[in-house]
Amino acid sequence: MSDPHPEPHIEVRNLTMAYGSFVLMRDLEFTVNRRDVFVIMGGSGCGKSTLMRHLIGLKEPAAGEIFYDGRSFTRADSGLREEMLRRFGVMYQSGALWSSLTLAENVSLPIEQYTRLDRARVREIATYKLSLVGLGGFEDFHPSEISGGMRKRAGIARAMALDPEVLFLDEPSAGLDPLSARRLDDLILHLRDSLGSTVVIVTHELASIFAVANNSVFLDVETRTQGAVGNPKHLRDHCQNDRIRLFLNRGSSDHANPDPHSVSS
Amino acid sequence: MPSSPSPLLASSWRDDETLALILRGCWSLRHDPPGFEDVAPQLANGSRPARITFETTGLDQFDSSLVSLLLHLHRYCAEHDISFDRDALPEDVRELLAMALAVPEKRDTHTMSRERDFFYSVGQASLDLIDEFHDLFQFLGECLFSFGRLLRGRARFRRRDLWVIMQECGAEALPIVTLISVLVGMIFAFVGAYQMADFGATIYVANLVAIAMAREMGALMTGIIMSGRTGAAFAAQIGSMKVNEEIDALKTFGFPPIDFLVLPRMLALVVMMPLLTVYANVVGMTGGMLVCLGFNISTKQYLSQTLEALDFQSLALGIGKSVLFGILIAGAGCLRGMQSGSSASAVGTAATSAVVVSITAIIVADSVFAIITTLLGI
Repeated sequence: MSDPHPEPHIEVRNLTMAYGSFVLMRDLEFTVNRRDVFVIMGGSGCGKSTLMRHLIGLKEPAAGEIFYDGRSFTRADSGLREEMLRRFGVMYQSGALWSSLTLAENVSLPIEQYTRLDRARVREIATYKLSLVGLGGFEDFHPSEISGGMRKRAGIARAMALDPEVLFLDEPSAGLDPLSARRLDDLILHLRDSLGSTVVIVTHELASIFAVANNSVFLDVETRTQGAVGNPKHLRDHCQNDRIRLFLNRGSSDHANPDPHSVSS
Repeated sequence: MPSSPSPLLASSWRDDETLALILRGCWSLRHDPPGFEDVAPQLANGSRPARITFETTGLDQFDSSLVSLLLHLHRYCAEHDISFDRDALPEDVRELLAMALAVPEKRDTHTMSRERDFFYSVGQASLDLIDEFHDLFQFLGECLFSFGRLLRGRARFRRRDLWVIMQECGAEALPIVTLISVLVGMIFAFVGAYQMADFGATIYVANLVAIAMAREMGALMTGIIMSGRTGAAFAAQIGSMKVNEEIDALKTFGFPPIDFLVLPRMLALVVMMPLLTVYANVVGMTGGMLVCLGFNISTKQYLSQTLEALDFQSLALGIGKSVLFGILIAGAGCLRGMQSGSSASAVGTAATSAVVVSITAIIVADSVFAIITTLLGI
């Protein structure tokens, strides 16, 4: 799975994330290689989604810099940044579909905007993308008419609309049934292999972390910085940090101690 | 079902340092169980124990009432260096207590909500005001850039959205505009007719209604209706899009939210407001005419008097104002929507605030117009 000659795609250097004077995470430093499936993990409330919002430019770093293909995203002017943004596909936690548009229109809108394809062709692509996530036949439904899990999948279809170089997924499998979650994992790997996309996933679903990820960063809420970077399977078995081993073993102490449940008075 | 013994809490000293708390009966939320204040005096007075233990042989049943008290007691003991003998508690209670204590209490959360005195409030209000102005001017600036893009044909929004919004804030507003305008016209006519009847000048009711509708009431009433109807809707639509991260999604796909959401709404109201105002004028004057029929003024007389009273200036003034009102309403609605917080109640607040702001802005703008036109003698 791992590339013998990794090519850095996203580089995060010395990143500090803050809301006003409240520092969420500091000194984040990691590299995502091309064709990686990279997972951002950590306990709830530690800033996983905020890190993703930094990577896609919705929030500016309090300090530090983010590079794509060696070019600074943080210091890019608006034209360059827009060009870089066009290579991203983003799926938001709740799907974030445009509620006034049908599913097909949601997927079509970016395609219409950035290509010169005619209507029928655009519709064809939208139908294909929706079928990929198991939503064939739902083209003319509005987001309010389908279930939460379906909205999430439609969000992924829209994120893939322009065959992005980097696909960002915010908690893609949360709230999906086990079979859909499994199919989604397969889809992610398939996309990585066929399109050569880099995939960045925010999640804490262990099953899906071990199924798809070959690289990861663990955000440690206690120390307010990254706990470890590397393949999650390797971290599970060999990480020096007890909290990370516990997290990746779902709290069971096979590889980890001490047990958090034994509390001393 | 036998009546269960009511919960009981007593204490006895085992030795000089150890206080035993005796728990008896059925501890249930429904039986008004003892609380921390029943134990506190024993712990606070001169003979403070060094250790607390428990005697639970008479404890029948328990629910959250007991465990919450023990948790409170545990925290108190930790703060006051009293040792807390949890081994004396039944196993179920111990387990629940251990679970509640498994994750240490987060300390720095309390410092975030600090006490608010007078100076804090004044300072905060001033900072909020500065932020408000900053937001306002940023919004205005972005709208201007967006308008510039529109003129150069590079604004990115869906043409279909524009038509849909125009229909929502134009055609669909006709019934309410009709009702309000006809009533306003009739009210003016009634008030005028009774006053002027004393002078035998009832026919001038037509002038009164025509001038009042054309110069002031047509635009003003339409503006107020549209604030409540459309301004609130804009704020709620954009606010809920924000809650749902739809605005973020627009940004990451390279659609400026101002172009995509604000521009079509602004354009729609700027086009529809003058049309609705002209319509309101006509309907209002018709209302006046209906009243005048009751005062023995014929339709023909009323119409010719109305046409004589109306001049281009009055009509143009009303229509000019309506364009400005349209910008104010759309601006207030969209700005409040974009500023909305990310919760359901924040969307409601945004919609309310949009209505308040736009009605206030409309009335203030109308007064400014009144002063200017008086000074210029128009």
